[in-house]
Amino acid sequence: MWDYTDKVKEHFLNPRNVGEIKDADAVGEVGSLACGDALKLFVKLDDGKERIVDAKFQTFGCGSAIASSSALTEMIKGKTLDEALQITNKEIADFLGGLPEEKMHCSVMGQEALEVAIAKYRGHAVPAHGHDHEHEAMEGEIVCKCFGLTDQFLRKVIAGNRLHTAEQVTHFTKAGGACGGCIPKIKALIAEVLGEKTKEETKKPEKLTNLRKMQLIQDVLEKEIRPQLWADGGDLELIDIDGGKVQIAFRKACAGCVSSGYTAKFVEQKLRELVADDITVEEVEG
Amino acid sequence: MKELYVDNNATTKVDEAVFEEMRPYFCELYGNPSSMHFFGGQVQKKVDEARNRVAALLGASPDEIIFTACGTESDNTAIRSALEVFPEKRHIITTRVEHPAVLTMCRNLAKRGYRVTELNVDSAGRLDMDELRKAIDDDTAIVSIMYANNETGVIFPIEEAGAIVKEKGALFHTDAVQAVGKIPLDMANSAIDMLSLSGHKLHAPKGTGALYLRKGVPFRPFMVGGHQEKNRRAGTENTASIIALGKACELAARHMEKENTAVKGMRDRLEKELMRLIPNARINGGGAERLPNTVSIAFEFVEGEAILLLLSEKGICASSGSACTSGSLEPSHVLRAMGVPFTCAHGSIRFSLSRFNTAGEIDLIIREVPPIIRRLREMSPFGREFLRA
Ligand code: FES
Repeated sequence: MWDYTDKVKEHFLNPRNVGEIKDADAVGEVGSLACGDALKLFVKLDDGKERIVDAKFQTFGCGSAIASSSALTEMIKGKTLDEALQITNKEIADFLGGLPEEKMHCSVMGQEALEVAIAKYRGHAVPAHGHDHEHEAMEGEIVCKCFGLTDQFLRKVIAGNRLHTAEQVTHFTKAGGACGGCIPKIKALIAEVLGEKTKEETKKPEKLTNLRKMQLIQDVLEKEIRPQLWADGGDLELIDIDGGKVQIAFRKACAGCVSSGYTAKFVEQKLRELVADDITVEEVEG
Repeated sequence: MKELYVDNNATTKVDEAVFEEMRPYFCELYGNPSSMHFFGGQVQKKVDEARNRVAALLGASPDEIIFTACGTESDNTAIRSALEVFPEKRHIITTRVEHPAVLTMCRNLAKRGYRVTELNVDSAGRLDMDELRKAIDDDTAIVSIMYANNETGVIFPIEEAGAIVKEKGALFHTDAVQAVGKIPLDMANSAIDMLSLSGHKLHAPKGTGALYLRKGVPFRPFMVGGHQEKNRRAGTENTASIIALGKACELAARHMEKENTAVKGMRDRLEKELMRLIPNARINGGGAERLPNTVSIAFEFVEGEAILLLLSEKGICASSGSACTSGSLEPSHVLRAMGVPFTCAHGSIRFSLSRFNTAGEIDLIIREVPPIIRRLREMSPFGREFLRA
């Protein structure tokens, strides 16, 4: 059983500000059913559109996710948007008297939702975390395919919370907590953020003919991707290649897997990284 | 707050009669059964009696019972033994839904160069015997398949699997930790070579278990040292707990009928009512044969830990196959192997009953669960969408 503080328990049992604001000025959504937690935050501003007068939330998740959401809404009320943006995930956790380290990702989710809401309201690019619903708007490279988290997002959390181990990164972001395949990359990111190493560029072949591209795609699938899936008891089959459009079907453990959407993303990411930027991967039945 | 305990697949209450049986063996009859004097000798007699009682529950003969410290030790011992007996064989078969006591061991062995096949299950949690038939070959040293799954209660066709294994000459082990005491077993008419059981799952204390080892099956001990257990498991016997385990097995045999009528009746009513009262719920493994005491229900759009915490507020102790409680971040490996849809993989709750539960307790659970699920769905963005639709 988790050692939750009384404050966490209290906010979980009597969450403040559950619901929605019909005429909200800003709405931020992060997480998904597959990830195991998600938060939708509604923010209402005063007439001058400066100060937050009301905030409400809906959360799917564990006790500390609900408590963190409740805490967040209490904390931002009365603040200006700029003041609210200053709130760190650590402050959310502190507000609750602390969270078990394994649950810090709940506080990070709160802060993310707020950032997304404000960025969308201001018409700025939605910050890249990955595990929000705006996959198209995402910048950065996916590091953790299971939870769809980008390097940009991880970098920020590592720096902001001064994380030193891959385990801590898992506790704060979930990255590495499922298949664990991304742990080496997480370690590299930590080293990089702590200033010990600079990123090596992955080389991509220059312009490709269509035929060459098809060959390369097949090559990467066979040599890079399928062996990784085998390790998890999964597999995929290449159905068709049409220019940059790659159609695949999942087999074995991957078929019907809760993360198969992420696996498709991961395949796409890999192909973009190693073959060409314009590749899209589509999962089909077959 | 008085606990309403429906987490008996995690551990069970020690039966008062079991406790009374073991009590004298701490401060009064503390002799070492290996000693030559009368004082140790009388403990030896009780240990023998315990062995008879365990054997009787399994339909085995007493010298086929080796006492161990837990189910995990029994599992580890069985697999290691088979690999030492057949050093030239490099293949192990198990399933994707085993308890970590088997699965972690096999995965570690895979890292050390063994070929490990993990059999799949279908969406109802059932094994495919053809997959086993295809996987097994002359290189297979051991096949280890659990009798019944701890999370879903799904029972595997162990004898059918055993027949296939025996044909190929591999050893056949089953982790029967969840099955022993809940369903009748008969080793005298079985293809099982080795079977693991654990005391604390059947109202004996924690820290005691046994390995059934069929007569004539080659064996190498895991613990070596003294001559205890006929050289098959060194270490001074945990006499009080062994005596308790014996008593617990005797009681289990006596209550077997009740387990499969009264307990099953309560379980059936619980699952029927919850399914009737709560929309968008599904029984994990509902299409398969299951243990009489277990039901695992997946509720869409809500998360398991939150359900458990709210249940706990009402005194109800259940468990979840969900990530958040176990510290891991994925839905349980069992539910994943079954391909439980992602809309409810994180919201599964397991209720596992025992003969100590009452009809009144079941009524209370049936009353308390639906409002909890509704409350969390109202809080969840996905649940709200669903409730509105
Ligand atoms: S890729 Fe990060 S946990 Fe699987």
